[in-house]
Amino acid sequence: MADIQLTDLVKSYGPTEVLHHVAGDIKDGEFIVIVGPSGCGKSTLLRMVAGLESVTSGEIAIGGRRVNELEPSARDIAMVFQNYALYPHMSVRQNMAYGLKIRKLPKDEINRRVEEAAEILEIKQYLDRKPRQLSGGQRQRVAMGRAIVRDPQVFLFDEPLSNLDAKLRVQMRLEIRKLQQRLGVTSIYVTHDQVEAMTLGDRLMVLNGGYVEQFGTPIELYDRPASVFVAGFIGSPSMNFLPVEVSGSQAALPGGGALSVVSAHSGTATLGLRPEHLNEDENGPIAIEVDMLEQLGANTLIHGRLHGTEHSITASVPGHAHDGIGSIRRFSASPDLTHLFDTGSGKRLEI
Amino acid sequence: MLKRVHFPTSALPYLLVAPQILITLVFFIWPASQAMYQSFLIEDAFGLGTEFVWFENFQILATDHHYLASFQRTAVFSLLVAALSMGFALILAGFAQRVVRGAMFYRTLLIWPYAVAPVLAGALWVFMFNPTLGIFPYFLEFAGITWNHYLSGPQAMGLVILAAAWKQVAYNFLFYLAAMQSIPNSVIEAAAIDGAGPARRFWTIIFPLISPTTFFLLVINMVYAFFETFGIIHAVTQGGPGTSTTILVYKVFNDGFVGLDLGGSAAQSVVLMVLVIAMTVVQFRFVERKVAY
Repeated sequence: MADIQLTDLVKSYGPTEVLHHVAGDIKDGEFIVIVGPSGCGKSTLLRMVAGLESVTSGEIAIGGRRVNELEPSARDIAMVFQNYALYPHMSVRQNMAYGLKIRKLPKDEINRRVEEAAEILEIKQYLDRKPRQLSGGQRQRVAMGRAIVRDPQVFLFDEPLSNLDAKLRVQMRLEIRKLQQRLGVTSIYVTHDQVEAMTLGDRLMVLNGGYVEQFGTPIELYDRPASVFVAGFIGSPSMNFLPVEVSGSQAALPGGGALSVVSAHSGTATLGLRPEHLNEDENGPIAIEVDMLEQLGANTLIHGRLHGTEHSITASVPGHAHDGIGSIRRFSASPDLTHLFDTGSGKRLEI
Repeated sequence: MLKRVHFPTSALPYLLVAPQILITLVFFIWPASQAMYQSFLIEDAFGLGTEFVWFENFQILATDHHYLASFQRTAVFSLLVAALSMGFALILAGFAQRVVRGAMFYRTLLIWPYAVAPVLAGALWVFMFNPTLGIFPYFLEFAGITWNHYLSGPQAMGLVILAAAWKQVAYNFLFYLAAMQSIPNSVIEAAAIDGAGPARRFWTIIFPLISPTTFFLLVINMVYAFFETFGIIHAVTQGGPGTSTTILVYKVFNDGFVGLDLGGSAAQSVVLMVLVIAMTVVQFRFVERKVAY
C-alpha cells in the first residue's frame, strides 16, 4: 500500500514534449483512472510510473520514495497490459509464479499465493493450461492473477479491457472494481472509454494533448467540468455547446431567445447544456428542429438543430417519441445546470 | 470436378515447369544417378578396366578406419561450427536488438560476411593466421602460444572451424534478430516488472521463445558444415596436415580426384547424399509441425 506523488512531470522525445507538467497526488488505496483520447499521453504517463519510460524532468514518488531512477522491478508495482503479455511458453501457474520465483519465495508460499489468486479469479481449473488454450477473458484473468500474487504496492492497468467484447468488458469492469476494493491496493488505470472511467475511478485524471485538463471525482467532472474538453468528453451523449452573449443573468441564444444562467460574466461565451438536462417546455427558449430520433427504449435522443441556425443540439427525453423530421420541440434548462466556458481558452467561467 | 471445368488440361503448365525440370535432371538427377552407378564399380587408376562389384565399395568403406575417423571428425567439426556461429550470432542479435541509434548500420555490417565467397573467406583467414606473416600468430606469441596450423592438426582444425563459423554468423544473426523482434515488447516488459534482470529475461523468456528458430538453424548449420565448407577447407588447409581437417566432403574430393579411387569416392558421396536427405526430412517434418510452446 502506498500513495503516489507526481510532481511537475515532463516527458519529451527529442525536442517534442508529449507530457506537460503533470502533477497530482494519489492517496493510499485510491483507484485513479487516467482518461483521454488516443495520443493524449495517458499510456506514456502510466509507463513512466511503471519505469518503462524515462522521466525527462519532474519527480515520481511511490510511498514517499523517489523512484525516477529505479528499475521497474525495484518499484514494487504490478502491471496489466492491453495484450495481457502472458509468457506464451509457460502454463498459467508458471506465469503467475514467475515473479515470485525471482523473489525466491519458498515453494509452498508460492503455491499458496497462486492457488489463492486463482480462487479469487475463478481460474483454478485452468492452472495447467498454456495461455493459447484460453479465451480472451480467461487470459485477462491470468494477467490480473499475475499482478495479484505479487502483492505489490501499486497496480497499473494499461487499457486492460479494450481487447474484450462489450459484454465481457462490462463484467470484467465490475470485477476489477470489486477486486480493487477488496485488496485496497492503490491503482492507476488507463482507458479511453469514458464510461469505464466514470464507473471505475475514485478520481479521474482527464488528459488532453499532454495536459491535465481536470483531476477530480467523476461527479465533480460531470457537475463542474473545468473546460469544454472535459465537458464534451465526460457524459454520454456528450454536452451541447452554443455560442451565447451573456449580460446579467441572461444568455442570449443564437437564433433568438434567452436562457437564465448563473453568471457574473458578461460578453461572448460558450454555453454548455447536457442533453439530459433539457426539459420539455412549450414556452422554453430552446427550439429544436428535429433531424433524427434515436430510440433507446428507456429514453429517446432527439438530434436536431437550434431552430433558425446551423448549431446542432441533442436532447434526451424520457420514454418514446414520435416527432416527425422537421417538427419543432421546445425546451428549457434550469440555470444551475448550465455551464459557461470562455470562448477563447475553453476554460470554465466561474461565478 | 470443378477445377477441371475451370482449368482445362493444356500443355502450358508443363511447358512452364519444363526449364526447372530440365535443370534438375541435368545438374542433379543425372550426376546423382551417375554417382550411384559408379559406386557399384571398381576402376583401375588409368580407367582401362572396370568391374561391376555391387556393394563392395561400401563394404570397404565400412571397415576403413580412415573413413570412420573422417566421420567422427566431421561430427566434431560440424557441431563446433554450429555451436560457435549460432552462439555468437545469438549474442550479437541480443545486443543489436537493444541498439536504437544506427541500428541499420550495425545490421548491414553484420550481414556482410554472408556475401563473401567461401574460398575468399578462407584466404582471408589464411593471411591473418599465416605463421610467418599473420597478425594473430604475432599476438599469440606474446601469450606463449606458437601458432602453426601447417604443422599442428588441432590448430588447423581450430582455424577451419573459426573460418567456417565466421561465415555463417551473418545468416544465423539475421534469423535470430527476426525471431527476437517477433516477441512482443510487452512480454519482455512484463518480465522486467516481475523483477527479472536482462540476463534472466534472456534465458527464461527470450531463449525459450526463439527455440523453434534455434532448432531450424541447428539443422541448417549442420548441413552447411557438412557440405558447404569445402571451399574454406580447400583454401585454408587442403585437408591437412595429414588428414586432420579432412571432413567427409573433402575426402570425397581427395579420394576421387587426387587418389583416383572413383568407385570409393562415389560410394562416399552416396553416403553423404543419404545423410543430407535425412537432415532435410527432419527439417521438413519440423517446419510442418506447429510451433510447440
